[in-house]
Amino acid sequence: MKSLAELAAIREKMKDKVVLREGSGEIRVVVGMATCGIAAGARPVLNAFVEGVSNAGLADKVMVSQTGCIGVCQFEPVVEIFEAGKDKVTYIKMTPEKAAEVIEKHLKGGAPVSEYTITNAIS
Amino acid sequence: MKELSLNILDIAQNSVKAKAKNILIKLTETADSLTLVIEDNGCGMSKEMVENVINPFCTTRTTRKVGLGIPLLKLAAEQTGGSVNIESVSEQVDPVNCGTKVTAVFFKNHLDFTPLGDIVSTVTALIQGSPDIDWRFEHHLEGGSVELDTVELREVLGDVPLDTYEVIKWIEAYLQEGYDSVK
Ligand SMILES: Nc1ncnc2c1ncn2[C@@H]1O[C@H](COP(=O)(O)OP(=O)(O)OP(=O)(O)O)[C@@H](O)[C@H]1O
Ligand code: FES
Ligand SMILES: [Mg+2]
Repeated sequence: MKSLAELAAIREKMKDKVVLREGSGEIRVVVGMATCGIAAGARPVLNAFVEGVSNAGLADKVMVSQTGCIGVCQFEPVVEIFEAGKDKVTYIKMTPEKAAEVIEKHLKGGAPVSEYTITNAIS
Repeated sequence: MKELSLNILDIAQNSVKAKAKNILIKLTETADSLTLVIEDNGCGMSKEMVENVINPFCTTRTTRKVGLGIPLLKLAAEQTGGSVNIESVSEQVDPVNCGTKVTAVFFKNHLDFTPLGDIVSTVTALIQGSPDIDWRFEHHLEGGSVELDTVELREVLGDVPLDTYEVIKWIEAYLQEGYDSVK
């Protein structure tokens, strides 16, 4: 059975890291979680980012957060990526599979996956 | 919505938006029914607002954009022969005891009952998204209960935020084990 002792161990382990976290979030991944986003499949996409960012060892650099309406219902699930000094990148019709690719190529590799971005869908 | 747990995720986001400090999600099941309660101490709504939100297409007011969340929950409940009820106290009326309680009853044996689906994923998504809220989750099944209270977790975790990946994974495994032992 999962025990509170395990949580206490996590706390021990995090002791030094907590301070580090304050300065983190060089990159912000924002998942649209309004009604339309949730209905279109935002929950598994969010999970894929939370899971994938940590597994890729990017937790100190990338913050995954949620927001409400992004205003483009027809393109949900929508994910926006903000990075200081760079233009916002908006990914549309996201899936957990596409999320894995974005983590690898964009978050880790620094190159946005243009086939999934909104500019690509409009033009 | 494909799963009831997605409606729950969506309705609980309303409580988050209402700036609630405490949010309770309670599911109670019998052999043929499922009752969902989502209760918060957020800003609440006026009587007219509650009317408007429950029956957005019946009222004459057109100033506000029509929300989808509550009508979808209502549809999901009513199509099983159940119903949705909203009690709310606006902060303008009572700034101390304000808040909202949404109750939905579903009949599980009805053909149009939407299965609960991945409720664990809904709970972890909510906590990950709003780690500073005090969340309480209760699911009472015929074979036992699954419960989680972030106040208790916080006591052990101290300054470590609830949205820390290891903590979210712990919550996920904890709830999963709870369900495994009840089923
Ligand atoms: N728990 C709550 N506390 C305070 N106000 C609420 C609460 N739940 C709903 N409301 C009010 O009712 C409105 C309608 O809610 P509903 O979920 O139907 O749509 P919405 O959240 O506005 O939009 P969406 O379609 O993205 O859900 C909300 O905008 C909010 O003003
Ligand atoms: S309501 Fe769909 S993106 Fe806002
Ligand atoms: Mg809503």
